[in-house]
Amino acid sequence: MLTALILLPVAAAIVVALIPGRRREIHLPLGIALSVMPLALAGYLFWVFEPAAGFQYVVDVPWYEPWGIAWNLGVDGISLPMVVLTTLLVPIALAASTTITNRTKEFVMYTLLLEAGMIGAFLALDLFLFFVFFEAMLIPMYFIIGIWGTERRIYAAVKFFIYTAFGSALMLAAIIGLALTYASQEGSASFALSDLAGLELSVGTERIFFAAFAIAFAIKVPLFPFHTWLPDAHVEAPTAGSVLLAAVLLKLGTYGLLRFNLSLFPDASVDAIPIMAILAVVGIIYGAVVAIVQPDLKKLVAYSSVSHLGFIVLGTFALTSGGLQGAVIQNVNHGLTTGALFLLVGMIYDRRHTKKIADFGGLQKTVPLLAGFFLFMTFASIGLPGLNGFVGEFLVLIGSYPALPSFTVIAALGVVLAAIYLLWAYERVFTGVPDKEENSVLSDLSGREIALLVPITVLIIVIGLYPKLLLDKITPSTEAVLDRIVEQTDYTMPEPGRIGDVFVAGGE
Amino acid sequence: MTDFIWLVIALPLAGAVFLHFFGRYVKEPLSGWLASAAIGGAFVVSAVAAVPFIQGGAEPVTISLWEWMPAIGASFELLWDPLAALMALVVTGVGTLIHVFAIGYMHGDERFHRFFTNLNLFAASMLTLVLAGNYAMLFLGWELVGLCSYLLIGFWYTRTTAAAAAKKAFIVNRIGDFGFMIGLMLVFTVFGTLSFAGVFERAAEELTGGMATAIGLLLLVGAAGKSAQIPLYVWLPDAMEGPTPVSALIHAATMVTAGVYVIARSAPIYEFTPVASIVVASVGALTAIWAASIALAQRDIKKVLAYSTISQLGFMFLAVGARAYVAGVFHLMTHAFFKALLFLGAGSVIHSMSDEQDMHRMGGLMRKMPLTAATMAVGALALAGIPPLAGFWSKDEILAADFARGGWYYFLWIIGLVTALLTAFYIARLWVLVFYGEPRWQEDAHPHESPRVMTLPLVALAFLSVVGGLVNTPFRLGLEHFLEPSFEGVHIQEAPTDWLTLGILAALSILAAVVGVGAGVLAYKRPPERWRRFEESFEPLWGTWELAYGVDDLYGRTLVLPGRRLAEAAAFSVDAKVVDGAVNGVGRLVRGAGDWARPLQTGFVRNYGVLFLAGALVVVVWLVASG
Amino acid sequence: MVPVGWYMALAAALFLIGALGMLLRRNALVMFMCIELMLNAVNLTLISAGRAMNDLNGQVAVFFILVVAAAEVVVGLAIIVAIFRRRATASVDELSELRG
Repeated sequence: MLTALILLPVAAAIVVALIPGRRREIHLPLGIALSVMPLALAGYLFWVFEPAAGFQYVVDVPWYEPWGIAWNLGVDGISLPMVVLTTLLVPIALAASTTITNRTKEFVMYTLLLEAGMIGAFLALDLFLFFVFFEAMLIPMYFIIGIWGTERRIYAAVKFFIYTAFGSALMLAAIIGLALTYASQEGSASFALSDLAGLELSVGTERIFFAAFAIAFAIKVPLFPFHTWLPDAHVEAPTAGSVLLAAVLLKLGTYGLLRFNLSLFPDASVDAIPIMAILAVVGIIYGAVVAIVQPDLKKLVAYSSVSHLGFIVLGTFALTSGGLQGAVIQNVNHGLTTGALFLLVGMIYDRRHTKKIADFGGLQKTVPLLAGFFLFMTFASIGLPGLNGFVGEFLVLIGSYPALPSFTVIAALGVVLAAIYLLWAYERVFTGVPDKEENSVLSDLSGREIALLVPITVLIIVIGLYPKLLLDKITPSTEAVLDRIVEQTDYTMPEPGRIGDVFVAGGE
Repeated sequence: MTDFIWLVIALPLAGAVFLHFFGRYVKEPLSGWLASAAIGGAFVVSAVAAVPFIQGGAEPVTISLWEWMPAIGASFELLWDPLAALMALVVTGVGTLIHVFAIGYMHGDERFHRFFTNLNLFAASMLTLVLAGNYAMLFLGWELVGLCSYLLIGFWYTRTTAAAAAKKAFIVNRIGDFGFMIGLMLVFTVFGTLSFAGVFERAAEELTGGMATAIGLLLLVGAAGKSAQIPLYVWLPDAMEGPTPVSALIHAATMVTAGVYVIARSAPIYEFTPVASIVVASVGALTAIWAASIALAQRDIKKVLAYSTISQLGFMFLAVGARAYVAGVFHLMTHAFFKALLFLGAGSVIHSMSDEQDMHRMGGLMRKMPLTAATMAVGALALAGIPPLAGFWSKDEILAADFARGGWYYFLWIIGLVTALLTAFYIARLWVLVFYGEPRWQEDAHPHESPRVMTLPLVALAFLSVVGGLVNTPFRLGLEHFLEPSFEGVHIQEAPTDWLTLGILAALSILAAVVGVGAGVLAYKRPPERWRRFEESFEPLWGTWELAYGVDDLYGRTLVLPGRRLAEAAAFSVDAKVVDGAVNGVGRLVRGAGDWARPLQTGFVRNYGVLFLAGALVVVVWLVASG
Repeated sequence: MVPVGWYMALAAALFLIGALGMLLRRNALVMFMCIELMLNAVNLTLISAGRAMNDLNGQVAVFFILVVAAAEVVVGLAIIVAIFRRRATASVDELSELRG
């Protein structure tokens, strides 16, 4: 089933490739229709997934035996939500791309290949396979930004590609190092996560490998100070590119930190907590502060992503139940809210061909429906309780406090800053009177655009009020991660750190 | 009926959802009546469910709805006890009256149904806050009322001042929430849960003095933001940009009281930290007199009432800070009655004067709007604390309790007494300027009495302002008995019980009130030139008060502007030049290295040939040398 | 019998001539001839060494080299002729388009 999830988008890309370039009107609708299939499959997977520790639906087919590389896929509570999120957002992103009229066929193909790469990266349990998918995502994204982007697209695409690939190169070196170490210790080679996780490494070696992986993921997250590729990439990318970049690609960084760094290098991870926490908190505050004064709406949202993902990294390295759960669920939440924000910015851009805040003003009068959705997403991003962002942020903050008190307090400042930059932006763009000619003749959301936003809106509310749907599936896996860390290192959990420490009053 | 308590939240919520999607299909007054019915229904449910507590002997009930975030002990659960019941009754009762009033006030507005959607949503949020069974759910309601406040202050969004005020309110509240959240972090760390039951029952075992103080102070930060105390009150006067029913409901009767409620609810924690309690009380007292002084000099009728609210909230903080929780909640209730009345009355005036809000352009309105004038007079006297109106009983109980507590609280009691005098003065000034004397309004104003849909709620609130205080007089402490189950295990500071002290204290309060009212009336019933000279004689103080001590300006200069500069520096210098500069620098470095290595590629085959041979020679030599 | 050393010396001399020729002459055809010279010098070395050590592998290696040299010459001359047709020059110095 998991193999099908990866191959479906590839097959879809091939089908689209076969349609002649002349028949433009078919490419996009066909792409959307075909990309609904992986979504259906992922939805089904979510439905039947049993919350339990460990990987399910594992596929383990040897690929190149002498080196121990295998087609090894598996899903657990941490990767499952991400896979569903990916398959959900690709059709939506495609449906938002009706303004791509030049070379539509290639665009759809690249997006589908990108989807395959992303799903593969989340499901891969073989390190080599993971690396292949990790890199494979870069190429379609590079083209998407470079061909269909705006003015400085080449610069942004090249920067994105090389910066990220640099990190991946480091990671590759570490992967090979791990495999060789395993081979020398066990006799046979293997790239499987489960095998390599059991390796005994010397302190120095473990730290170097940890650093290599961490840098690769830190660039992806992006963690301060490796973040500067993101604003450029987001500003220049077309809407679908931004949506998928923000919603999914960035999560590969946080996912990687959780899945690989914590499992493969538990001791080094524990030792690295202070550094990671500092970088995370700096990212939260710095990203938010810089976002306040951005003149470009997309850049503002890009920096807000830097800020929000800092919370996720903080939760990950707090190593408590609440922190980890918050981090994993925030992966999904941020994907939804920021994806929606980019969709909305894209809709504004489609109408006005500008993203500069100064060009707007009073839009609420002209396009109230768009304004309404934008305000909704703004509050979801700010972390208003009742919406999904709050669940993640609150879990991270309250859950991490016992482990990282001072860091969490500083991070909490981020919620004030988020309100400042988002509400001020909303004020400048939407409230007041539309004084510019162009702003008073805009058309409000079309049915298609509403149809894009509604599923995300519904999910935001449902996750905000009933996160149990996700938390039930996530919890056993995050608890397993924590169990491993407790077993393998001499790290002592703070009280109350684990879910078992939570006091349940009588009569609940 | 307690099984159906969730209806209290569900009814206004359903109203909001329905009106959100279908409001535009419902014709004008009907949507308003639907919204009023929703909140009215909530009132009925609350009243019925409160009966067991009124009869006495009923136990508080916790109702679990569903799990929310188990990892931190947060679930959707409701706590129904006398305190929650009282708050719910006040919110729904006064709320219903305000909804009805708004049907008249918002008549003709093109977003009429949207207004009621937001109003219902607000009611649902506030009720979530007061019925919450744990801190997380309370925070949910807390933030949601902030959202509704934002939506309603900025309701007329084409006005840039309104939009800015809405943003300011939300952000200042958020600053308070920052403190609140850290408080919650501490609560979780100490108790391992956020549920009230889990926290309060174990407060004695788990809390140390230091922790209790920290939590108490942090909750105060949050409460100060929401309830507009120093230094986070600056959003409230700006919030007057919203339609007057909003000011009445949110910024007088309900949302701003959330801070007081939180502290009262957390009484078991404050039990262990006299330090935090003193700070609460001191903040309250200071805010009370500070805001009252500003209210003296305001020209805008709503601004007077806004600062008055800040001041009265200060009184409530003074009460809960002295551990006189019953007195604080009592004043919360009476204040809801007469302040809502005053705001709605002001709304009635503003509405009939075609949105004029400057009191210098009013005057003599009692002939044109007798009912409004009469009801506002009742409200004014209640606020001033003239017995036997409601305000007297509650305010006096606060002052008496402070006096009884002694020590530092004596000093606070004096501040309270002086504030009471100022209060009486400024509200008398307001009434006289608006309703008495010769008309000073512009040519195009046609003041008239407001329609019944607006005046009936005024009458109802006036009635409540008169009799509302009788629930808790020293002769019959009804409210105190009612609230007992909510404050089990907590020491409540009582007013002195001997009639002599009580009598003297009451006499002093009455004296302050009478003197204040008298002075106000005397000063302002004279013609404009006389009272303008009266005001000028207090310069430069009067000017300082009128400018609200320039606090907004101060914040702007010390916080907003430097903050903006810092952000710009971070974005355009640090990020663009340093961090990104490093990245681009690496790119340039690689390019440079490439340029440096380029000359090797001469394109001349013969050069390459030389290199081949040289290389081959090196290899041969090496081979030979290493044998 | 002629001592092996003389054959080796001859081969070395031939190799040197070829190497110098390749470096000093500009004409592409002459450079090719010099390369051939070098290759044959190596052939000579291999055969003499094989004879001296009574090992047939030397002659086997020569066969390989002869074949590869022939193939290489064919391709190289074809390229030079094509270039000459285009540029009317066989001087290697003028063919510097690949400069970096």
